Amino acid sequence: MKESASITSHTDPAMFNIYEMYKRMEGDDIILAFKGNITEELLTSVFQIMESRLEMSPAELRLKKKVNNILVECLQNVYHHMEDFTDDEQPEDRAGSAMFLICQDKNNRYRIITGNHILTTHVEGLKTRIDEVNAMTAEELKAHYIEALRRSELSDKGGAGLGLIDMARKSGKKINYRFDAVNNRLSFFSLVISVD
Amino acid sequence: MNPLNIEGTSKTPFVSFSADDGVLEMSGKSIPENSIEFYQPLYHWLDQYLQLPAKTTTVKIQLEYFNTSSSKCLLDVFRKLEAVQKSGRSEVTVMWMYEEEDEDMMEAGDDYQSIVSIPFRLTKVTVE
Repeated sequence: MKESASITSHTDPAMFNIYEMYKRMEGDDIILAFKGNITEELLTSVFQIMESRLEMSPAELRLKKKVNNILVECLQNVYHHMEDFTDDEQPEDRAGSAMFLICQDKNNRYRIITGNHILTTHVEGLKTRIDEVNAMTAEELKAHYIEALRRSELSDKGGAGLGLIDMARKSGKKINYRFDAVNNRLSFFSLVISVD
Repeated sequence: MNPLNIEGTSKTPFVSFSADDGVLEMSGKSIPENSIEFYQPLYHWLDQYLQLPAKTTTVKIQLEYFNTSSSKCLLDVFRKLEAVQKSGRSEVTVMWMYEEEDEDMMEAGDDYQSIVSIPFRLTKVTVE
């Protein structure tokens, strides 16, 4: 039999790509994907969905908790950084729009991937902080976390940089990242955390 | 002094603080986006408790997991308990409970233990 060609009504141009997108997501083990504005309500729903999904998965309890915990940290990290753009003077940049992907492969290895806009002027500082965290051993991460927690008492600002240390510590893996230039003001920051 | 009772939600822990017997319990998850808002009433209660605490204060904490903004708030809770201990009016003990094999929560208890001066008992509990 001949390889079947696609049959389409040609009414909606987006229809051409859906099957390609589906295959891509399937191949990349994506179980949940989102793009847009991240709100508290959205996060509440996503955490609940993932918790019940993990509940049903054969993964061990330790891993389920770890995945939930790291997921919360990663997504709330994006959520808090989107707040930087709530009163953005250049709304056409859609800087408050972000995305995340949750992947689970056949061996119950999870990946949490986030992407969000940041000011290009913040790229160097963030890169340096991640590189520092990535260079640390488990013992150093623990000491660094305790130090940052102790220091956080003095400031009222958010997690005081605890998030990245916590992600690295709990996942036990290096933090993978990438920065893409968007325009002369913004960059797109992608973060990948693996958990198994 | 009135007890503090807060129902648990999918993002915030169950809280039961009683000044009568000095038993302060917290359990569940602590992952709110705005942690300070949730912890404010706990701080307020503890500030009052410091004035007239029970002879012994037993703090039982059994959290499934918590976010980093809660970790800062929890430290503030321990700091207030430290003040209760230092006042000499009450003997404070923290029972930090973690589920078997949950190394992350055990580590978290150990982190706090190394920062604050009140005695911590890291206690393993079996999951049914």
